[in-house]
Amino acid sequence: MTQSCDVLVIGGGPAGIAAASRAAEAGARTMVVDEGASPGGQIWRPKLTGHQPSVARQWLARLAASEATVSPRTTVVDLQVSAPRSFIVRAERSGIPTIIGARALVLATGARERFLPFPGWTLPNVFGIGGAQALLKSGTRFDGKRVVIAGTGPLLLPVAASLSAAGAKLLVVAEQSSRARVARFAAGLWNAPATLAQAARYRAGFFGAPYSMNSWVVRAEGDDRLRRVVVRVGTETRTLECDALCTGYGLVPNTELARLLGCVMRGSVVFVDADQSTSTDGVYCAGEPTGVAGVDSAIAEGQVAGLAAAGRASDAAPLRRVVSRRAAHGRGLDRAFALRPEIHTLAASDTIVCRCEDVRLGQLDRGWSARQGKLYTRAGMGPCQGRICGPALECLMGWSADSVRPPVFPARVRTLSSPAKTGDSAETSERNHDAPA
Amino acid sequence: MSETVAITIDAAEHHVAPGISVASALLNASVASFRRSRGGDARAPLCGMGVCQECRVTIDGAAHQRACMVTVAEGMRIVTATSAEP
Repeated sequence: MTQSCDVLVIGGGPAGIAAASRAAEAGARTMVVDEGASPGGQIWRPKLTGHQPSVARQWLARLAASEATVSPRTTVVDLQVSAPRSFIVRAERSGIPTIIGARALVLATGARERFLPFPGWTLPNVFGIGGAQALLKSGTRFDGKRVVIAGTGPLLLPVAASLSAAGAKLLVVAEQSSRARVARFAAGLWNAPATLAQAARYRAGFFGAPYSMNSWVVRAEGDDRLRRVVVRVGTETRTLECDALCTGYGLVPNTELARLLGCVMRGSVVFVDADQSTSTDGVYCAGEPTGVAGVDSAIAEGQVAGLAAAGRASDAAPLRRVVSRRAAHGRGLDRAFALRPEIHTLAASDTIVCRCEDVRLGQLDRGWSARQGKLYTRAGMGPCQGRICGPALECLMGWSADSVRPPVFPARVRTLSSPAKTGDSAETSERNHDAPA
Repeated sequence: MSETVAITIDAAEHHVAPGISVASALLNASVASFRRSRGGDARAPLCGMGVCQECRVTIDGAAHQRACMVTVAEGMRIVTATSAEP
């Protein structure tokens, strides 16, 4: 099946929703593809019970009221520049191969969690922190479960609060950063009282459990599933019998599609100009892939990208101030939750680092590159395509990410082999546009 | 919500809340081994958002489906690594 549009937005989180709404409102034929069952991304993932924050409801309503088409359950596996400002995107929609032609792309691919290996981290019922939140929202029951949360960053608080509200018994919420750093970060929020108040509400939401700084998970133990964790809490080492462990060390921007298109990177994030334009003509990027800075920044960047992709960059001027202010907030986060050295030494030589291929730390040589690691051990060559072990090995081995090759997700042969009939997608889009209904 | 959806997990019938993900249905049924790793270890969801590929199961005959990305449906047949165990 072949479709075409003017602006294709990849990712239906806050940045993608804002981009698609603004592009469609500006008159561009706009389409959003997203892996989820409905738009919202991770942070605005619809809950089965309870309601969305009002800003989420407003933007979801705005998207629904716009002319933008939403394609849910759609995974992009490859994309190519077929001519300047003409793109061919291969995707699977509920497993069915589909090809989409577009004149402009907005990459709003969000972020994933950073996981760092420690003994026992592959046991069932060891979840990500955002992972546990996502599972909770999709119906996983945590009532009566004894839960340990251990990791870093502002995500610990809302997840602790929602697990607690869902009936989980939180044993400890362990933050690896120091009290001084977290306090300095909080003090820096003086000009963002809403953020501070929200943090206080979250903390009140799990009041029965300790929120311990200078604390981290040392190892997880169990048989067919997790049974207990060993945590370092301040200067003490404790063993806690538990049913679930939630762990994660901040967010990693999803930059695979941008790198596949050859967009210039600035460190681990996609380089964009004031119009959210990447170095590839016609490709825009918004939200976490340009630097992790949270939902407000994503909404502002998404709007700029959507307007620019629709050829109306001049309308975006008032939004740019928000973008730069929020970027500074992102840098503050990085400083407050920088990883302590102990976290890098938790994995033993027999600890699995690449979960897809069962590669253990001891099989890897620090002198290698990520590419050599792949060639010699298959680390990073499994179905997740290095999305989990890549950031971990960057921390543990100092390996920078290897180049991205299609397919970026496991795909059916049919998806990759079906001919892209839209030799020139722009031309096809004209034809489709002019065709009688 | 009193309405439920009937699904089978490794040949056993379960009645679950509509709208939940397959991963949630399996976790709520205490399934620990969604898949087996190359080395034979039990694996279950980690990221919950379609990235890590640890929650892959067979759904209605289609192998390697990410359980966290699929919503339960009436009559759905789910096969995990648990049923392949001795």
